[in-house]
Order: sequence, then C-alpha cells, then structure tokens
Amino acid sequence: MFNNFFHKMASPKYFYTIAGILIPWLAAGFVLLFLTGLYYGLVKAPPDYQQGDSYRIMFIHVPAAWMSMFIYVVMAGAGAIGLIWRIKLAEVVAISSAPIGAWFTFLALVTGSIWGKPMWGTWWVWDARLTSELILLFLYLGVIALYNAIDDKRTAARAVAILALVGVVNIPIIHYSVEWWNTLHQGPTVTKLDKPSIHLSMLIPLLLMAFAFKLYYAFVVLMRARCEVLDRERHTGWVRELAEKK
Amino acid sequence: MKQPDTNLMLEADALTCIRDDRTLFSNLAFRLNPGEALVLEGRNGSGKTSLLRILCGIRLPDAGAVTWGGTDIGKLGPDYHVHTAYVGHRDGIKLDLTPLENLAMARALGKPNDTTLEEALDKVDLYGFEDVLTRNLSAGQQRRLALARLLITETVLWILDEPFTSLDVHGIQVIEELLDRHTSGGGMLAVTSHHAVNLANTTIQRINLSELST
Amino acid sequence: MNSDSLLRAFTLLLKRDLTLAMRHRAEMINPLLFFVLVTSLFPLGIGADPKLLQAVGPGVIWVAALLAALLSLEGIFRSDFEDGTLEQFLLSSHPVSVLVLAKVLAHWLITGLPLLVISPLLGVLLGLPGDAILILLVTLALGTPVLSLIGAVGVALTVGLRKGGMILSLLVLPLYVPLLIFAASAVDTAAAGLPVTAHLSLISALLVLALSLSPLATAAALRISLS
Repeated sequence: MFNNFFHKMASPKYFYTIAGILIPWLAAGFVLLFLTGLYYGLVKAPPDYQQGDSYRIMFIHVPAAWMSMFIYVVMAGAGAIGLIWRIKLAEVVAISSAPIGAWFTFLALVTGSIWGKPMWGTWWVWDARLTSELILLFLYLGVIALYNAIDDKRTAARAVAILALVGVVNIPIIHYSVEWWNTLHQGPTVTKLDKPSIHLSMLIPLLLMAFAFKLYYAFVVLMRARCEVLDRERHTGWVRELAEKK
Repeated sequence: MKQPDTNLMLEADALTCIRDDRTLFSNLAFRLNPGEALVLEGRNGSGKTSLLRILCGIRLPDAGAVTWGGTDIGKLGPDYHVHTAYVGHRDGIKLDLTPLENLAMARALGKPNDTTLEEALDKVDLYGFEDVLTRNLSAGQQRRLALARLLITETVLWILDEPFTSLDVHGIQVIEELLDRHTSGGGMLAVTSHHAVNLANTTIQRINLSELST
Repeated sequence: MNSDSLLRAFTLLLKRDLTLAMRHRAEMINPLLFFVLVTSLFPLGIGADPKLLQAVGPGVIWVAALLAALLSLEGIFRSDFEDGTLEQFLLSSHPVSVLVLAKVLAHWLITGLPLLVISPLLGVLLGLPGDAILILLVTLALGTPVLSLIGAVGVALTVGLRKGGMILSLLVLPLYVPLLIFAASAVDTAAAGLPVTAHLSLISALLVLALSLSPLATAAALRISLS
C-alpha cells in the first residue's frame, strides 16, 4: 500500500492535483504566521540594549539566511533522488527550488547590509556570514545558469543535480574557511552580525518567522513545480485536456 | 557477476526516444542474435543516431529498456561495453596522433584481441601509413582508421553510424567485407547507412524509423 | 577487466595527453604568460610601495594562479569532445573515473606544474621573503592539483555547451574559495615568520577530498553531458 502511494506521488498528474489543493492552505498559513511574527517582532519584542530598535531587521535576515541554506540542501537532495531513481518529480522540485533559494539568499544579503549600516556606517562589510551568503548566491546562480544553458531539460535536470551535490559538499567547507578567514582579518570593531543575547521574547518572533518562511517556500515551490510539470508534460493527454477545459 | 558468454543476445523492449519535444519513436522492440545485422533506415532526423546511441548505452531511453543476455545494459555497464564497439559520426581519433598511436589507445580501452595494430591497418588498406600524422590523411583514410578500431578488440556487437561516409567505392567494398566476415563469424551488427549495405552472408533485419513514426 | 589492463589504460592515456601537448608545445606557454602578466599588472594598478606589495603579494599571486588555471581548464575535454574520443572513454570497459584521473593528472602536469616553476620569480617581483616563497611553492604544489580536479567537474558539466566558458567561471570560482583562503593565508603567515602546519594540513585535506570525490563527479557529469 505504501508502495502504491509512493508511485502515485511520483506521478506528475497526481502531483498537479494534490499541489493545487495544498497551495491555498499553505499560503494562508504563511500569511498568518508572517503577520503574527511581524507583530511579535516589531511590536512586542523589547528594544535591544546595545542596538536599540535597528536589530529588528534580524527577524527577516536570520530566517532568510536559514532558508537559503535549507533550500539548497533540499535542492541537492531532490536532485539526488531524481538522479538515482530517475523520478521526474524530484527533478522538477529541485529546479523549482533554485530561484526561491536564490531570492532568499539575496534577501539575507540585503537585510544583512541594512542591519549593518547603522552599526558600521557602510553598506557592506566582509562579515563571515554575509560573505558566505554571497558565495551561496553564486552557487545558486550557477545552478540556474547551467539549467538554462542546456536545451534538453531532462539532461539539464541531471546536470544540475550533480552541480547541486558538488555544491552541498562544498558549502560546509566554504563556511568553515570563510569563518576562519574572517577571524584572521578581524578589524578593531566586532563585525559579526550576531544575534543579540537571545531573550524569549525575541526567540518567539524568530521562530514564527522561520516557520512562516518555510510555509512560503512550500507553497511557492509547489506553484513553480506545477508550472514546470505542465511544461514538461505538455504532450500528454491530461495536460491537453486541462488546456482544452479553459 | 558477468553474464555467461553463451547468452549473447541484444534485445530492445518498448523503446521510446523523445528529442526536442518530438517523439522520434516509441514502443520499438527487436531482438538481435549472433550472426545477424540490424540495418536502420529512415530520413535524416528520424532518430537513427539516437537509437544507436541508446544501444551503446550513451543515451538513456525515455521509456523501455535494452538488455544484453537478459540484463539491462545500464546495470551491466563496463560488462556490456567490453562486448561492443562504436564508431559514430565523428571518427573518434585524434588528428595529432599517428594511426598506430590512435589504435594503441583504442585497444587499451577495451579487451585486446590477437590482431596486431599493423595487421588491422593493413586490413583497412592503410598499410604504409602507420606513422603519418592522422591530420595528414584524407577524410576517407581517417574514416578507415576509425573503422580499424573495430578489429583490435574482442567485441561481439559493432554499432556503426554511417560507416561509409567519405569512403570511395573501393573503401566501401573493403569495409563491407570486414562487416560480413564479422557477422558470419558470429558477431553482431547494428548499422545505419544511406547506402544499401551489402552483406552476402548475413541475416539482415531492417527497421525503418520514418515508417514507424507518424 | 583486471587491474593490469586498467593500469595500462591509465598510463597510456596519460602518455597520450602529454604527447598531444608536446605536439602543440607553443600553446603550453599561454597560461604561464597569463599568470605572469596578471601578477605584474597589480603593481601597475595599486602602486609599487614594497610594503603594500608584500602585504597583497600572496593573495595576488594566488588569484592570478586561479585565473590562469581557469583559463586552461577547457582544454581538458574540449578537443576530445569534438573529435569523438571522449565518448569512447565512456564506452570503455574500464571505470571512467580512472580515465578521468589520468586526464586530470596530464592536465596538471601540463598547466599546473609550470605555474609552480615560475612562482618564485613572481614572489621576488612582489617582494616576498624567502620563507614565504618556499611556502608559496608548497601551497601551489598541493593546491594546483585541487584546481585541476575541481575544475574538471565544471568542465565536464559544460563541455557540450556553446558558451561553456562563461558558465564555467561561475560554476568553478565559488568552489575555489576555500583553497584560496587557506593558501594565501599560509603564504602570508609564512612571511610573518610563523608556523603554517595548520594551513598546509587544511590544504592537504582539500587535496585528499578532491582526489577521492572529483573523478567520480566528473565521470557522472561526462555521462550526462554526452547523452
């Protein structure tokens, strides 16, 4: 019975229908958690004794950075599944995740930069986390560029899976080396974008935002995946029927 | 574990190939036994090269499977490749090496047989050109060198894509004789060609991909 | 196939690539010239103050080495792809990863080793002390193989593409960052007279990791690119 379920999940048509049902619920969940998180973060959490109110951008920055890492791992995992078991849906999820991950990385960079401005007086510092996020952005862009450069999308998905796997092995190494590099060249002021001493009232909005972002990823990846599935399966009967119904 | 050598049969089952959104062929099936030749016919772009590459194991089919002695060639990997030799559109030889150097490399990649490299060159009418840079040979001579690769390893199945390209009438005759000798000796052949392939001593199966599609 | 014939295939492939390079000897000098040229541009760009040059020297030389390696990477598979010999490797009865290793080794001997040989000259140009130049040599000796190994994966992924070169840089340069950090820092630290065992261990670890994983990834990527 479980085998049956697994086979059904791998069927693009089934996925299309199920995803269509899930998306509105996930989106609603996201809006709810996001607004709650914003409220707790902007209104209820107290100002930091060191950074005042400007630290509040961390409620976007930190979850965005977490998501950028999480999505890359999911992308690599889905790619691996698609590669080993040749499940088309896994390939679709992998490539649909890449732009979302890239945007979260970009968001982390921008919010990190905004966070830093009042502290350092400049828009960019070669802080360990920001530098790692920058390299991660390049890794994402590489995946997207490679996928777009290969005409046959099946081949493209397999190539990108290899690239993502190579990336996922390298990411811990890159992180470690950048941390190491940062401690070597530390300026006189502490440049680490560290969370202020975490108080429960700050932890709650942080976790709320983290979950909210996960739900956002979930419904957006399903939306993108549905588009990609339609594109890939455009020659099959069920897609033609769908198009004719409209 | 390796397949026993007595079980030499190439079988294709429900083979489907999609390229650039067009289904070139679907549900293709055939069986090839030692001593037989598969001749693929069809217009340009009908999927002949793609099918050959699927039989090589370079290209994955979009559906269906190719088996050798009952086992999927994807699972066999090198155990399948050791029995096959492929000459595609491109010659697969380096222009900056001599014919002898090219054949030595090709031989090392597979399972060497008893034919010496010089003998192989002689059989394709390249005697005397052993140490000339391949760059300085004519297109027909380069093609014959590419085909000489077939003679130096112990292979059962020869997969050839337009082998007679650039060859003159005499060259075609020489190669046809080699192919015929191979199959009558128990070898197998899968070949595409615009020419009619004359193999007097071989059982020929023909598949026309243009007729299959549409 | 037994290990004897595998070793024979490895050696013959290595010899083949070296022979081919020797028959185009003039081309071998290009990455080398690039290396020297780029390094020489820096004093012209940032001024010839000896203290400044010494401070940026290690990083500059290593970035130049990275770029020179990147420039020469396409050569690993491009020619074989175009004349059809690359697919013959995939159809061999030997594991593709071993054949890849032979090609990467050849590539390093042809493009990486010369960088090593000329690096002391560049060290002198930028005013690095003797200890630092020695460590520069060691980091290049350990690091240039890593550049070839990681680069091979990128080339394998892009070998079939028309504008492969552009994407190659995007794919490969982020992966070079850890090596760059450890190596430049090692030379810097050596210039200050401090021990560099930690740095060299880290670089060696990268080399071991690259040696074990990169041929497999490259083989997989080649199969995908040629399908």
